[in-house]
Amino acid sequence: MSNADAVNLLGKSIIGIENFSAEEIRLVLDTAYKMKQVIRRGGNKKLSNLRGKAIVNLFYEPSTRTRTSFELAGKYLGADVVSINSGTSSIVKGESLRDTLKTIEAMGVDAIVMRHKAEGAADFATQVVEPVIINAGDGAHAHPSQALLDLFTIEQHKGRLAGLKVAIIGDILHSRVARSDVYAMTKVGMEVHLAGPKTLLPRFFEFDDVTVHEEVDDAIKNADVINVLRIQLERQQAGLFPSTREYARVFGINDDRLNLAKDDVLILHPGPQNKGLEISSEVTYCERSAIHDQVQNGVAVRMALLDLTLNGGDLK
Amino acid sequence: MNQTWQFKNKFKSLLLRGGRVIDPANDFDGVADVLIVDGKISAVKPEINFSAEQEFDAAGKIVTPGLIDMHVHFREPGQEAKEDFLSGAKAAVAGGFTTVATMPNTSPVVDNAALVRAMVKRAEDVGLVNIKIIGAVTKSQQGQELAEMRDMISAGAVAFSDDGHFDDNAKIFLNALDYLHDTGKLIICHEEETSLVKGGVMNEGKRSAILGLKGRPTVAEDIAVARDVLLAEYTGGRVHIAHISSARAVEIVRDAKNRGVKVTAEVTPQHLTMTEDLVNPVDASTKINPPLRTQKDCDAMLAGLLDGTIDAIVTDHSPHAPEEKDREYIYAPSGFPGLETSVGVLFTELYHKGKIDLKTLISKMTAEPAKIFGLNAGTLSIDAPAEVTVIDPEFVWTVNAKNFYTKGSHSPFIGRELKGRTVATIVRDNLMTLNKNVF
Repeated sequence: MSNADAVNLLGKSIIGIENFSAEEIRLVLDTAYKMKQVIRRGGNKKLSNLRGKAIVNLFYEPSTRTRTSFELAGKYLGADVVSINSGTSSIVKGESLRDTLKTIEAMGVDAIVMRHKAEGAADFATQVVEPVIINAGDGAHAHPSQALLDLFTIEQHKGRLAGLKVAIIGDILHSRVARSDVYAMTKVGMEVHLAGPKTLLPRFFEFDDVTVHEEVDDAIKNADVINVLRIQLERQQAGLFPSTREYARVFGINDDRLNLAKDDVLILHPGPQNKGLEISSEVTYCERSAIHDQVQNGVAVRMALLDLTLNGGDLK
Repeated sequence: MNQTWQFKNKFKSLLLRGGRVIDPANDFDGVADVLIVDGKISAVKPEINFSAEQEFDAAGKIVTPGLIDMHVHFREPGQEAKEDFLSGAKAAVAGGFTTVATMPNTSPVVDNAALVRAMVKRAEDVGLVNIKIIGAVTKSQQGQELAEMRDMISAGAVAFSDDGHFDDNAKIFLNALDYLHDTGKLIICHEEETSLVKGGVMNEGKRSAILGLKGRPTVAEDIAVARDVLLAEYTGGRVHIAHISSARAVEIVRDAKNRGVKVTAEVTPQHLTMTEDLVNPVDASTKINPPLRTQKDCDAMLAGLLDGTIDAIVTDHSPHAPEEKDREYIYAPSGFPGLETSVGVLFTELYHKGKIDLKTLISKMTAEPAKIFGLNAGTLSIDAPAEVTVIDPEFVWTVNAKNFYTKGSHSPFIGRELKGRTVATIVRDNLMTLNKNVF
């Protein structure tokens, strides 16, 4: 905590967890804890921390959870928030990313929350415009707020992070969540195991404290946490696995498989789920599942990120 | 510093005084004067006693045959926002290249005699340097039907290529080799098996795994090179491997050469000196096909150059309009301009670091490409066309896009401090110089 007091994210852009120190992660989680109290206290949730600040959500890809939670996070903190969807903006007229960013900047915004298909797009934005950039997902590269809310949820349930064994299961290759989780979890001292069909595992993925398995059972053995990733159906059409039926049987997380993990294993999923494919309905809704908590924690963590970057985290 | 070139200075006779003349075609390396009269090499020997109309003090400089680049994209016809023959020719002069060969992946594709004739005429009108025309192997480079290659040869095409992509249809490629067999013309092959690189934007390796960018694996190149080498062996045709970049592919070419297969290969300065570690998705300058590989691959490129497996150094000069490159990495087009940085990069990274001797280096940019294409160039032989390059090996400069003559703006070499630069480029009766550096 004393270390956390020394770190400061004011004015910084949030691009990927690879740029975070363990102290900065701690600061976000501690701030998110306070934000969660605000959300849960009922009555008037509106704070004045970001009154007079303007935030634009610039989303080039569809999103329910991330976009809505960033929007509510900004509003709970008292900021003015505008959401832009690529389908209903000048982007469909062929405006370049640089010009779109410059246009938004010219309107006087303080932060741009950005989701884009292209890896590096958020980092590109930091080179083009002055406002704080919060990466809400860039291709298969990073999704830092998701990784932070995963940590927050794990800590909420387990009371600690260091020393826990986590298994991340599914399409690691195309997953920005997996990449950000790997950085976040290893930085806080967790032991990370990855598993999925070899066709969905990146080659040359070499990290200390990360083990890659081809058998799901090997990864989840004695796991404290299992994070199940979404399988996109077009991966089957691309020939990466033969059928959803076989995927569910060989790689899906169901009740039988959970027996290999610790009794109090915690189940996470970034959503939206394909029930019966990567995760069974029983597991999704079982008492060990924290999938619902992840959504509420998502708002708290995103409040923390906005408050820390735009206001220094000084809770009013 | 004034970094502009003077592109027109006609002379009747010119004496280059006291340079270190390196002429690999004639196995010559020594201090000598070079006399040019009426656009031809008149004499190469120490202390020529001749009252020339112009003299150029080449003391401390290296005088070589005019450099040849077998692989450039000048984007005409149809993509003049990226480059045109004039801007490309000026970039060639500034880099020391007196002969370049343009790839046909234009809009439309140069795949018929009428277009070849038009481009040959266009090259003559622009002048400055020799621009040779490479025609397409297949119609519209679609890999389905053979283009009229015999007609294109009659119109002046020097070689054929579907550069930009691999011809997946092995039968069509075999047919092309057979069809060209008695012409002696070569096919220049872009070697990346299509399905393995689809959607890929950088080397598949440690860096792509971390960045989440889709990879183009070396095995895609290895498979393609292996297939084409085998088809060259089977047909007796001539295959030239474009911009080789994978260590395993170099081994495949080496083995094939040892078996007597008619295969040659080229490599770029970037694949000799840069790795995937430089890829940062905020800047598409490093996006090229085939992609920047690993240090192991760079080492294999150098070894291949030194042992003769790789015959030529080319730039793969591939300019794009600034706004095309200034965007998301996955959406930006592949390629960057290389004519104006090639000599500087090769001298800085290879020669000055003691990795290659000057004669071998110059040979890969003069005599060897001339031999592959069958050109009367790349030599300082008496009566040869006067195409000469003067390089100052100690010239220290910083690469700045503002000083480029190419229309291309993005290059991973921008900002680099380089040691070695072309200071004069002579094409027949025209002495073109940096900083009007005439004495």
